[in-house]
Amino acid sequence: MSEKVFTSCTNAGPVSVYVKDGKVVRIRPLVAEDKDFKPWTIEAGGKKYSPPKKFALAPYVHADRRRIYSEDRIQYPMKRVDFDPKGERNPQNRGKSPYVRITWDEALDIVAGEIKRIKDGYGGSAITGLTSSHHNWGIVGYKMGPFARFMNLLEYTPVLDNPDSWEGWHWGATHTYGFYWRLGMPEQYDLLQDALQNAEMIVLWSNDPDSTRGTYTGQESSLWRQWLKEKGVEMVFIDPFHNYTAAAMEGKWIAPRIGTDTCVAMAIAYVWITEGLYDKEYVKNRTIGFEEFKPYILGEVDGKPKTPEWAEQESGVKARVIRALARQWAAKRTILSGGARGGEGGACRQAYGTEWARMMVLLQGMQGLGKPGRSIWGTTMGAPSDFETWFPAYADLQGRIATTKIAKYLPVNPTKQRLWRLTLPDAILDPPVSWYGEGFCGQSLEQQFKHFTYPMEGHAEIRMLYRYGGSFMGTMSDTSKWVRMYQSPKLEFVVNQDIWFNSETRMADVILPACTAFERDDVGEWGSCGGYTCHASSGCNFRIVVRQQKCIEPLWESKSDYEIFTLIADRLGIKEQFTDGKTDLEWIKAFFDNSDLPGRISWEEFNSKGYHIINIPDNYTPTPSLRWFAEGRPCDTPDTNNPKRKTEKAAELGTYSGKIEFACESLKAHFPDDEERPVVPRYIPSWEGHHSEIFKKYPLQLLSPHPRFTFHCHYDKHADWLNDIPVHRIKKDGYPWWPARINPLDAERRGIRNGDIVCLYNDRGRVLCIAVVTGRVRPGVIHSYASSAKYDPLIPGRADSPDKGGCVNILTSSRMVSQNAPGMTPNSCLIEIEKWEG
Amino acid sequence: MSTFSILVDVKKCTGCYNCFLSCRDEYCGNDYPGYSAAQPIEGQSWMHIQEVERGEYPKPKIDYVPRPCMHCADAPCMGAVEPGVVYRRKDGVVIIDPEKAKGKKEIVDACPYRVIFWNEALQVPQKCTLCAHRLDEGGQLPRCVEACPTGALVFGDLDDPTSEIASLAKKLVVEQLHPEYGTKPRVSYVGLPKRFIAGEVVFADRSDECAQGVEVTLEGGGVKLSTTTDVYGDFEFDGLAKNVDYRLLVAAPGYEEARCQVLTLRDVVLGEIVLTPK
Repeated sequence: MSEKVFTSCTNAGPVSVYVKDGKVVRIRPLVAEDKDFKPWTIEAGGKKYSPPKKFALAPYVHADRRRIYSEDRIQYPMKRVDFDPKGERNPQNRGKSPYVRITWDEALDIVAGEIKRIKDGYGGSAITGLTSSHHNWGIVGYKMGPFARFMNLLEYTPVLDNPDSWEGWHWGATHTYGFYWRLGMPEQYDLLQDALQNAEMIVLWSNDPDSTRGTYTGQESSLWRQWLKEKGVEMVFIDPFHNYTAAAMEGKWIAPRIGTDTCVAMAIAYVWITEGLYDKEYVKNRTIGFEEFKPYILGEVDGKPKTPEWAEQESGVKARVIRALARQWAAKRTILSGGARGGEGGACRQAYGTEWARMMVLLQGMQGLGKPGRSIWGTTMGAPSDFETWFPAYADLQGRIATTKIAKYLPVNPTKQRLWRLTLPDAILDPPVSWYGEGFCGQSLEQQFKHFTYPMEGHAEIRMLYRYGGSFMGTMSDTSKWVRMYQSPKLEFVVNQDIWFNSETRMADVILPACTAFERDDVGEWGSCGGYTCHASSGCNFRIVVRQQKCIEPLWESKSDYEIFTLIADRLGIKEQFTDGKTDLEWIKAFFDNSDLPGRISWEEFNSKGYHIINIPDNYTPTPSLRWFAEGRPCDTPDTNNPKRKTEKAAELGTYSGKIEFACESLKAHFPDDEERPVVPRYIPSWEGHHSEIFKKYPLQLLSPHPRFTFHCHYDKHADWLNDIPVHRIKKDGYPWWPARINPLDAERRGIRNGDIVCLYNDRGRVLCIAVVTGRVRPGVIHSYASSAKYDPLIPGRADSPDKGGCVNILTSSRMVSQNAPGMTPNSCLIEIEKWEG
Repeated sequence: MSTFSILVDVKKCTGCYNCFLSCRDEYCGNDYPGYSAAQPIEGQSWMHIQEVERGEYPKPKIDYVPRPCMHCADAPCMGAVEPGVVYRRKDGVVIIDPEKAKGKKEIVDACPYRVIFWNEALQVPQKCTLCAHRLDEGGQLPRCVEACPTGALVFGDLDDPTSEIASLAKKLVVEQLHPEYGTKPRVSYVGLPKRFIAGEVVFADRSDECAQGVEVTLEGGGVKLSTTTDVYGDFEFDGLAKNVDYRLLVAAPGYEEARCQVLTLRDVVLGEIVLTPK
């Protein structure tokens, strides 16, 4: 039989899928017709820059075939052997007991029966559900669609997500420059052109875009950095790890001790203030509070001038290097690249990470943020792009089957009770818990000040958990507590609906097998998240909307998530409310009809051809981000969610004053006495750092950034070819170990050699890794990526068991960024390491 | 006649492994009759990435050297067996006939680059075919080249002077991997890692300021090189020869000269070189 070719899209690029005899045999970057591409051109320095007519996928997408047919696929519905919904439930055996295969009817009856029992007995608020992001692409099947719609019908208690990749920017930088509608990260429009035309230097601070890419935009931007390198733009990398972008770009590597980036930033400000090397006009007209900030930097507030020598004491970075960097930064048109989307980065995922992120904004504020070559730019977004043509993205209200107006019926969840993802285990094990902040606070600055307590008055405690797609053992904090949560008798029922066995799958009572996006129909635009990350597809060289065609039948007994929820809804008597009378294909068509694509391409052509490229218009006019603000003009960028845009306040930022705030008005108004996120940013030594008492026992700092060869936990473990990439995993004695990178000095002291199996440990747990002895980490730091999908406890079911899968987040602390900023802090983690003798 | 090949610009390679993975996707489990039998699901790397870490903290350097079959002009694999088992196509691609080569493990052993693999289950040697089956379709690139995001892999016809690969080969300093093997490899490289010497100059009396603009000269192996320290006081000489005795001289007006001897048995990071005032 000849091969058939289908189109699909992944979380890192569009693909052509070749199918023979009902089996996927090949997955290539989407093969589009030459005539469909109209590449943009940027002229800079007498050269023309234009992208090739192709799609640069993230590495792991090339291994998607292995992921589809992975041995880790959940093949049939299953039930834990010692779980009896009508008798003994044995929750203490979750994670320990084996499973038996059951029929779909049996599985659905149990799940529907438990939902009914708990909802009738205690109300919908006794049910909660938990998802992770982007194990599949496509808006119809995405978690904000079927999962949300179904759970809303149950009137469940939602779990608020923490902004896990950019905590400090969300909880800190927003108060300095607004952009809460982007969750703390700045607009990125046309900053590629600005960089090529104007930048002389780029400081990549806690930023490794070759690893984290533009989140969902594959490797499109690696070519941009190549151009900048060839142009001779100087690059500086500030990171305790000599990261992969630094390796490719070369440039200057500066490696501060973890937790002291804020000191280095403050010392730079000190040099600028004392040597008059900042944009005084800009500071006067575009900022407020400098007169409160300056005395703190000069030491007039606490008697400690924030000199480069002071910073050297804390950070280990030579004062002369800080001084040279500060002067160079001021002398050259310098872009600050503080994380892949402008903001993000490991320095914001630690104790008081808010202060570092605020300092990043303030440093650029002192150099005229928004002026040519003076942006905050992650180097991964901001290509010329068509910002007019609209196609729904998964986080747009109009891109979710749970909220779109194309639905005849929209279930509204009346339940006001909320949970906080990071404290979900605590909420189950040891309620009450309380926190400030309504998850992703994209509606207002004040959302961060909203107080929550679980359980909420008039609501039930959680009795049932619906776990869907993904695993947190390798991505959240202090994760052995998740094991303890699962074994609590308070969770009467746990169902896990997923495609692959993940770290938490074997903690469930019933397991439901879902299928991949290659086994069902969907639609999605590459790189487009929408919602609080408006126009994210400008990280792609070409906008492309993909009709994600069903390439093969669902494997084994798996079903699409949509079908699974439909079947359960049917048993609950709410099928029509769930489906809105539509099949998944009808939802796809409805989204298409509601978008701007009709008129550009017919449904029939789109459906059969499988894609549509949206090229930039001929009259494209760049509007570089924040240039309007620097020049005192109304916002002219297409930043749709900026609430002041197109109003009389359009020249203002999203802060209370409309300016960059060295002293934050919003914090002054709501938490004036907060010593941990003070009105003016401060350096506060980490509660788990080199000044801590526990440092004597655990003198090594664990750095666990986002990984390069898996997206969170979604490709690791399931796509076995990745195990042959030694950056990702290293095989020894037939087992793919997770690497832990250690400086030769630290290794030698402990008798550790390259390739040894080592145990990383502290009072929270033990994790086995394979040692990579390298000069790429500063002494005193162990680098091991977060996001291992392989939780492999030596003693299954024991929360305190050593894990040999590499879930280093077992070691990280539960403590939040600060008392009122409930973000996670994986990079404030002290450990010791020893050779594992078995 | 044409000579299809790949030029690898090591300086553009970010080590993303797209080439390695897309190669596996094309060949694992997939037969291309006449050109290659299905590659096993794991164990072979027809496009192998060699990661080279040089130097040490705080000045490491990382390079990636992608290694496909070199499609040598004097291919030892062709000479290891009777004619026709391993053959060169008109376009220069060296092919191991998957049928005729059955049982001939000597083909694996003949390759000094170690880029031929033994398929134990099928008892057949196999390697990169430059995606010959795709070349036959016309207008197609090898999968590895198609997947490369930065243009580090350039594919084309070396005999066609208008091709990108031919003009790059002319313009850039092109090298072969291990030319001493004498096999005339067709795959060529730009920027293969060499030895480097790096250091930081510090003024003893002004250690709070970086020693920018200090002249550093290096002599040895028949060459004399000079550079000045950058704004951080750092200097670096890259592209040096192996196992050569170099003499380094650091000279700044008003300071005693600093000299040292450096043997490039490995890459050398000298650390701080402190200049004392006269």
